[in-house]
Amino acid sequence: MLRDLPLHPPSASTFAGQVDGIYFFALLVSIFFSLLIAVLIVTFAVRYRRREGHEVGEPVHGSLWLEIGWSAIPFAIMMVMFFWGTKVFFTAIRPPAAAIEYHVVAKQWMWKFQHPSGQREINDLHVPVGTPIRFKMTSEDVIHSLFFPAMRTKADVLPGRYTTLWFEATRPGTYYIFCTEYCGAEHSRMIGRVFVLEPHDYETWLAGGAGIKTPVARGAELFAAFNCSSCHQDAGTARGPALAGLFGKPVALADGGRAVADDAYLRESILNPTAKLVAGYQPLMPTFRGQVSEDDLMQLIAYIKSLQPAGGAAAAAGTPVQRAGFDGEMP
Amino acid sequence: MSSTADMPSATGAASTAAHHPLLAHHFDTLDQQRESSSLAMWVFLVTEIMFFGGLFLAYVVYRSMYPQVFRAGSHELDVLLGGANTAILICSSLTMALAVRGAQLGQRRSLTVFIVLTMLLGLAFLGIKAVEYAAKFQHGLVPGANFHFAGPDADHVQLFFSIYFAMTGLHATHMIIGIGIILWLLPACARGRYGPDYYHPIECFGLYWHFVDIVWIFLFPLLYLVGRH
Amino acid sequence: MNAVAVEAPASIDYINADYGVRSWLLTKDHKRIAVLYLASVTLFFALGGLFAVILRLELLTPRGDLMQSDFYNRMFTMHGVAMVFFFMIPGIPAVLGNFLVPLMIGAKDLAFPRLNLLSWYLYVAGGLFTLWAMIRGGVDTGWTFYTPYSSSYSNSHVILTGLGIFIAGFSSILTGLNFIVTIHRLRAPGMTWFRLPLFIWAHYATSLVMILGTPVVAVTILLVAAERAFGLGIFDPARGGDPVLFQHLFWFYSHPAVYIMVLPAMGVVSELISAFARKPVYGYKFVAFSSLAIAVLGFLVWGHHMFVSGQSAYASVIFSVLSMFVAVPSAVKVFNWTATLFRGSVSYDTPMLYALGFIGLFTIGGLTGVMLATLGIDLHVHDTYFVVAHFHYVMVGGTIMGYLGGLHYWWPKIAGSMYPKFWSRLAALIIFVGFNLTFFPQFILGYLGMPRRYHAYPEEFQVLHVLSTAGASILGIGYLIQVVYFTLTMRYGKRVGNNPWGAVGLEWQTTSPPPTYNFETTPVVDWDAYEYKEKEAAHV
Repeated sequence: MLRDLPLHPPSASTFAGQVDGIYFFALLVSIFFSLLIAVLIVTFAVRYRRREGHEVGEPVHGSLWLEIGWSAIPFAIMMVMFFWGTKVFFTAIRPPAAAIEYHVVAKQWMWKFQHPSGQREINDLHVPVGTPIRFKMTSEDVIHSLFFPAMRTKADVLPGRYTTLWFEATRPGTYYIFCTEYCGAEHSRMIGRVFVLEPHDYETWLAGGAGIKTPVARGAELFAAFNCSSCHQDAGTARGPALAGLFGKPVALADGGRAVADDAYLRESILNPTAKLVAGYQPLMPTFRGQVSEDDLMQLIAYIKSLQPAGGAAAAAGTPVQRAGFDGEMP
Repeated sequence: MSSTADMPSATGAASTAAHHPLLAHHFDTLDQQRESSSLAMWVFLVTEIMFFGGLFLAYVVYRSMYPQVFRAGSHELDVLLGGANTAILICSSLTMALAVRGAQLGQRRSLTVFIVLTMLLGLAFLGIKAVEYAAKFQHGLVPGANFHFAGPDADHVQLFFSIYFAMTGLHATHMIIGIGIILWLLPACARGRYGPDYYHPIECFGLYWHFVDIVWIFLFPLLYLVGRH
Repeated sequence: MNAVAVEAPASIDYINADYGVRSWLLTKDHKRIAVLYLASVTLFFALGGLFAVILRLELLTPRGDLMQSDFYNRMFTMHGVAMVFFFMIPGIPAVLGNFLVPLMIGAKDLAFPRLNLLSWYLYVAGGLFTLWAMIRGGVDTGWTFYTPYSSSYSNSHVILTGLGIFIAGFSSILTGLNFIVTIHRLRAPGMTWFRLPLFIWAHYATSLVMILGTPVVAVTILLVAAERAFGLGIFDPARGGDPVLFQHLFWFYSHPAVYIMVLPAMGVVSELISAFARKPVYGYKFVAFSSLAIAVLGFLVWGHHMFVSGQSAYASVIFSVLSMFVAVPSAVKVFNWTATLFRGSVSYDTPMLYALGFIGLFTIGGLTGVMLATLGIDLHVHDTYFVVAHFHYVMVGGTIMGYLGGLHYWWPKIAGSMYPKFWSRLAALIIFVGFNLTFFPQFILGYLGMPRRYHAYPEEFQVLHVLSTAGASILGIGYLIQVVYFTLTMRYGKRVGNNPWGAVGLEWQTTSPPPTYNFETTPVVDWDAYEYKEKEAAHV
């Protein structure tokens, strides 16, 4: 089931090969210089060993060019490694615009995944091959770190903040998920498996959870349950700003500053409403800290993102739902 | 903070005699001994700068993230008391400098009077600080389970007060240590141990006291004067 | 050479100058203080080693079957705490540095002997607090104490352990301060900066790091303790704080701290290579300035521990390139040491074996460090066994080899006796083999994805873990052999004269062991650091 190769884990993402590339280059450089030093040491130690009549070494004049040389050459090689590695890094941390968003909430000691369809999984994760996926992640407690060795990527998962990780799986199979930031007693049990499936297998799997609410739908329920619409109506009221079309737009704040209404802004505004008070409004909004879980927050934010002006709710912008036929075509 | 020999003073004695009573055995000359003590004191003050530096870094980071919060929190502090404390400390630096001068000139009475004054001013500072802390406690502004702030963004205001207590608390601890050192030096001052030949313990302590004063001179505007005109 | 040889009565030295526990516990003699440190750091090394044995035993099997996960977590935490704060950081400076700095510069003692003794007491006090915390159940946060786990979640003795480390930190600061003032002010006449042994340059650079970095971790520990005790919230997002700020404050010290650990070892290696090739170190000024460069640049790279922490990608880029910069002076040293062997007269005495081992193993450790500094690679291997292997290569393959080499080189000077040649060389070989077997497989484990601090792991990693544990037992045997022969040597070792190795340096101009005041009259120096001449080479 899980193939393990002696020198590297299975390669299952679009950039895994690139990571392996820079790694093996760096490894070769390291092996070369290690061997070089080892050979020189052994050669000199044998050739110039202490003998009768040769009790003292001969002082050798220093050479500035030699010093410059063996400073500059390693430096140049390291610069190659730096630029190459940085390039790979930016590929690996910048999700493509078309990536689909999955939610991850980490807690001691499990991973909670949510698909855009609303399907939830604990520790296990089913994903379709050939689809770029962006994970929006947060922790309920301490710092964790989501690691997919086969995809060659990881990112810390922080409490109170959203972090991102992305990959596009290239090979069906089953691979490991590890937590790589020590998080307490059962840190070594936060192991999961990611099942990369062919598109139609993924559809089949999704269909098995028919009737599950999407994040947007669940978010709408929560929005009603918490009575958000009493202040945040479509047209905007004196009490609360309108939320339709808000996501991603700049917001003028009461203290004269500006903010962008992104995930972090929306999350903070629910938990700590007076932190970034919008210009022209009173600090009336109560805090929902303690009433709304990290999971709920993700659903609410998905709902708010989906709100369009003029005509109201739920156009599922960027959250493809149970559509038949994932033939690699991105929404 | 020197650790040289504890021996009775010898005013006017030659400073290069190898058997000079104040010369520790591992130094060659009194000059070398004095210069070593001075250098040690300056190096120590550098470590103190780094010690407070960590807290200043936390301050800078959080203030740049939450400028409004820092303004709100700062307004809760009593500028008059803080200002009084600033004046007290500046005066205490003056008395300390005069004490060092007294030591350098071998004026036993002058040294003793000024160092006692320095201590009294330090105690006054701590007294006012105690009053301030008590007021914070009464108004529920001490971070922790009993923190209560009525205005906006109370979460982050608590953060401001955490930093306030950490920085002023660390500073006050240094003041207490300083006063303790004065008490320790006092008997020797009164007995006339320090003179032109041997005054560097007083000089080194003076450096410490001035440093603690300078830290407050940074703390006062950064904590008390945010957003005030 | 014009050294003033000491004409003390043959039998009186710093060891037998005075007897009784009080004369040792209240000593102001830097040499006795060094011996006090030797005893205490060895104890902590044994303790840290014991924890390592326990955790490597657990890792023989994939399942967590030898102990509860909570117990395992305490084991690896306390292995790290004991080793880093109570062995590696004080290690060479407190033992070899304290003993040799005054001797090498021609001084009678350090600038502040009583402060030196205070340093030792602070170390002991800190150690006792930490030991007490361990006895009461220990701490389970990892030696890195990341928040909010350490500040709000852990149920272990974080404050007590933190207090122990805090107090020991002041020991470090005072030692650094003492060295800086001593090197500036107490050099013998004629001992200019560029006539100083490279051991002194290395300790000077180390002292700079000690005094500038340690206070930052001290205040950070205070903040974590305050957060736990008073519920402050500086690092707790639920109360508006930022857990990543802790990481910045922590690594701002803890990265330079690794240079506190390795720079003194590099200083030792410079001495050993020169002494056992009977040649001046090639490129003396370059090696000297490299020590300073490492100390300074070492303060600019802390963020390379935080590439995946959520910090900005642009910050990561800057830290990555600066980390490449700091590798250059280390490379310069390795090349200069290798060049020192060229046309030397190389002997294979035990100290030299350690020095050569250091160069090879430090090269591997350093190069894998450059790999970790490469962003694209670190994304995959951060917080895996690759990192564990890297830092053990530089700290054990590097620093501990340097420490043992130095111990074996200066043992005759410190104790006045010589250890058995065969057993010491055998132990060096066993340690070299055992070390590589322990840690090389961990590079492979790391790239395969094996995370750090895991109590149980997937089955396919078992073979590599078994190899690693086997190596650890071999390593342990090597250390045990050393304990045995050093203990026997103290009692039954052959007496030696002033200069058993035929080396140069002021420390070899006095008796073995030296008298309490090192030099009756201050020597006047008019020769360069490593002037070897044919006639002085004969063993004395």
